[in-house]
Amino acid sequence: MNIPSSIWTLLIGIALTLVSLWYGQNNHLLPTAATDEAVLVDGLFNAMMTVSVGIFLLVEGILIYCAFKYRRRPGDNSDGPPVFGNVPLEALWTLIPAIIVIGISVYSFDVYNEMGGFNPHDVHEPPVAQKPMKMPGSAIAATLSDTPPSTAPNLNQQKSEEARLDPATASVRNDDQIPQQRNAPGVGVVAPTIGSSPDKQGKPPGLAVNVTAMQFAWIFTYPDTGVVSSELHVPVGREVMVNMTANDVIHAFWVPEFRLKQDAIPGMQSEIRFTPRIMGTYPLICAELCGPYHGAMNTKVIVETPEAYNQWIQEQQVASIEELNQAVAVKPADLSPTEFLAPYTSNLGIQPEILKQIHTNHH
Amino acid sequence: MTQAQLQETANQPALIEEPGVRNWRDYFTFNTDHKVIGIQYLVTTFVFYCIGGVLADLVRTELKTPEVDFVSREVYNSLFTLHGTIMIFLWVVPAGVGFGNYLIPLMIGARDMAFPRLNALAFWIIPPAGLLLIASLLVDAPDAGWTSYPPLSLTTGQIGQSAWIFCLLLLGTSSILGALNFMVTILKMRTPGMTVHQMPLFCWSMFATSALVLLTTPVLAGVLILLAFDLLAGTMFFNPTGGGNPVVYQHMFWFYSHPAVYIMILPFFGAISDIISVHSRKPLFGYKAVAYSSLAISFLGTIVWAHHMFTSGTPGWLRMFFMITTMIISVPTGIKIFSWLATLWGGKLRLNSALLFAMSFVGMFVIGGITGVMVAAVPFDIHVHDTYFIVAHIHYVLFGGSVLGIYAAIYHWFPKMTGRMLNEFWGKVHCALTFVGLNLTFMPMHALGMMGMNRRISEYDPKFESLNFLCTMGSYLLAVSTFPFIINAIWSWMYGPKAGNNPWDALTLEWMTTSPPAIENFDELPVLATGPYDYGMSNRNTEVDVPLADEREPVLAAGPSSVLRAEPDPNVAANPEDRK
Repeated sequence: MNIPSSIWTLLIGIALTLVSLWYGQNNHLLPTAATDEAVLVDGLFNAMMTVSVGIFLLVEGILIYCAFKYRRRPGDNSDGPPVFGNVPLEALWTLIPAIIVIGISVYSFDVYNEMGGFNPHDVHEPPVAQKPMKMPGSAIAATLSDTPPSTAPNLNQQKSEEARLDPATASVRNDDQIPQQRNAPGVGVVAPTIGSSPDKQGKPPGLAVNVTAMQFAWIFTYPDTGVVSSELHVPVGREVMVNMTANDVIHAFWVPEFRLKQDAIPGMQSEIRFTPRIMGTYPLICAELCGPYHGAMNTKVIVETPEAYNQWIQEQQVASIEELNQAVAVKPADLSPTEFLAPYTSNLGIQPEILKQIHTNHH
Repeated sequence: MTQAQLQETANQPALIEEPGVRNWRDYFTFNTDHKVIGIQYLVTTFVFYCIGGVLADLVRTELKTPEVDFVSREVYNSLFTLHGTIMIFLWVVPAGVGFGNYLIPLMIGARDMAFPRLNALAFWIIPPAGLLLIASLLVDAPDAGWTSYPPLSLTTGQIGQSAWIFCLLLLGTSSILGALNFMVTILKMRTPGMTVHQMPLFCWSMFATSALVLLTTPVLAGVLILLAFDLLAGTMFFNPTGGGNPVVYQHMFWFYSHPAVYIMILPFFGAISDIISVHSRKPLFGYKAVAYSSLAISFLGTIVWAHHMFTSGTPGWLRMFFMITTMIISVPTGIKIFSWLATLWGGKLRLNSALLFAMSFVGMFVIGGITGVMVAAVPFDIHVHDTYFIVAHIHYVLFGGSVLGIYAAIYHWFPKMTGRMLNEFWGKVHCALTFVGLNLTFMPMHALGMMGMNRRISEYDPKFESLNFLCTMGSYLLAVSTFPFIINAIWSWMYGPKAGNNPWDALTLEWMTTSPPAIENFDELPVLATGPYDYGMSNRNTEVDVPLADEREPVLAAGPSSVLRAEPDPNVAANPEDRK
């Protein structure tokens, strides 16, 4: 049977299109899309994957076909036909890829806009208005820092203050190593990043969380509550704004299920906004090389119901108030060594009596 | 007479009968012969490739299991830092320079490069720079990645980081000297009958590469000097503690290091164009389109750098600008790929090792090109930036592209360089092992990155173990695949069958001299009696069947009257119709 080559071309073209469309939608290469933004990114990826599979199969198919069909037959030492090129064909395979990439660009542009990449507030204003801190015991934290907080308007400092003033981080931070504590007027940079999506523009986010990255940990502070945590808890369905900076080197905040990544850069503030839509526990990964333990700098994001979230906040507040009250009660000069040590030794299961015994035995 | 015989007959006066066989000691001296320098480059860089490969296999051995159980975390960071630096700056970039040195004067009919002593100097900078870097591994290895972003690079070992900076400054200097030499040689030293539109495509691509090197390498030198000041003199250019801005480093670094990808791939785009045409026994499809697409890639390559920084807090408009320029660069690249496919189509393919490597190059590079368009799209890049998806992408470009291109070029030009043929059977074994190994190593990395495995980590989530195991096995296969090549190359260099002057019946001028070429290449000026790609022209009136073509109009023609053809010198053309 002799089927004309144009029919073959048509059939192969249809098969190629169907395979590309099927694989573009059914590749299952990306993890759960846990935010509204992730759904948009996945749509873009699947579209690109469709086009890519088509181009891939076309090129590999032609290579394999040529290798069999046009291989030199034994004894044939003649040359192939003198085809030097053809301007219309060159134009065709310049224009078609150009149209494809312009299409992908426009689609990407649209997705980026939907994600909030063009939030105009980012560039001109600080992303968050300064909010007064309502936190018991913050005075004592101020006395812990060797450099008093600057009163000069420095955007870095304004924004890092909320995280820094927290006593819960005192044990892990070294104030003299925090770049924001140096007054560096030249670096008052707010890095414009992923802001609010167009429909939420101008409205405050449902929830703001400050993130401080350091070698090799993440610290999350919830500004209005005083809660400090090493895990990120967010309620489902509310827009979350994450404000981040780093204390030492560049880190990057990445949640694969959110499809969002943002570098946390020392001396700069960056923000991203997202709206979680599926509850669950997801990995939060540092994606920028930050030293030997870079691979271990992971924590969790927990997307939970608003009730569970509120309960978690309350538990954290109770725990934090207890710690602070203990801290406020401690005035080392007025206390005997036993009294001073009591809060610590009780944690270790050591009774004051035993300490006294040690004391007397020593004499 | 075949086309090759016509070209050889016309160049009989230029041919020096005595092959230029060199004493092995010459290769260890400050020799100014471009062919000696070319071999020096290729052998030295291949040694560095083997060292970089061992480092890669050590990295993969660590990653075979999710735990840190093979080397310490600090050593692991040094391993991938040195692997990246060696493979880029001591293997692929100088290997392109090596082929350029060996081939360009021969291809354009010159007796040597424009500045022979500068050329030797450019080479002799490389061994000490490489030794400096490798020696740092024994003292205090750099471990901030091959990108060495501050502030991390300012807080790790000072000695190792300084060694890394000075190594790169030396290599950058060598690169600039080489590029200057190529530019002048290509512009001023061509045989009088050869206009730029008659140069082999390898010369076009080396010209585009050299332009990029001259424009961007000084910026790398600048940023490295600033980084050295921050590291050693306590300045604060990039250190936020003193008001510096680490993102400025990234801009300056990528202003060089993205074009560096084109510096690494463009020479082999050119080499592949030559190889595919010769072994398909067909003219290269769309010579002028392919030639100018190199220049387009070179130009566009300088305005795409910030796509490495989509998550660094760059403004929205800047992200969009760099997304669009990056996507557009796939258009000239697409012209090349489709032109190569059109060259293969309807040819009489001699499926030897050189062509098999060249066809693998096209098939693998296209994967890197496709993922390149994907990561150009900002929203998707924000997800996969700094993950194994990127690792897979760069390895399909630099291994599936550049390294396969280097091997194709070695198999193609080895007979010219040594006067002896490589063993075909072991060449094909090498090609097959490399092809399987590279796909086994790098294909699973795409999935790993999208699922959530970040790069530059020594420990990972146990759910990624099976795919990582595949990658590691693939990397061992790649290590094994180099042995047939090394043994084949050494054995053939000493005992292989004699090649003759033109074993492939090629038309470009390097085949018009002896193998290995005589000391000063040509006795008299060589001529282009046929165009460099005039295969299949024994009868000018052969009918060609190309869609959309019309032979009466040069703009629409597909045959010898096409405007895209590289024509012979009209004064000496073998075919009367090409004379004017």
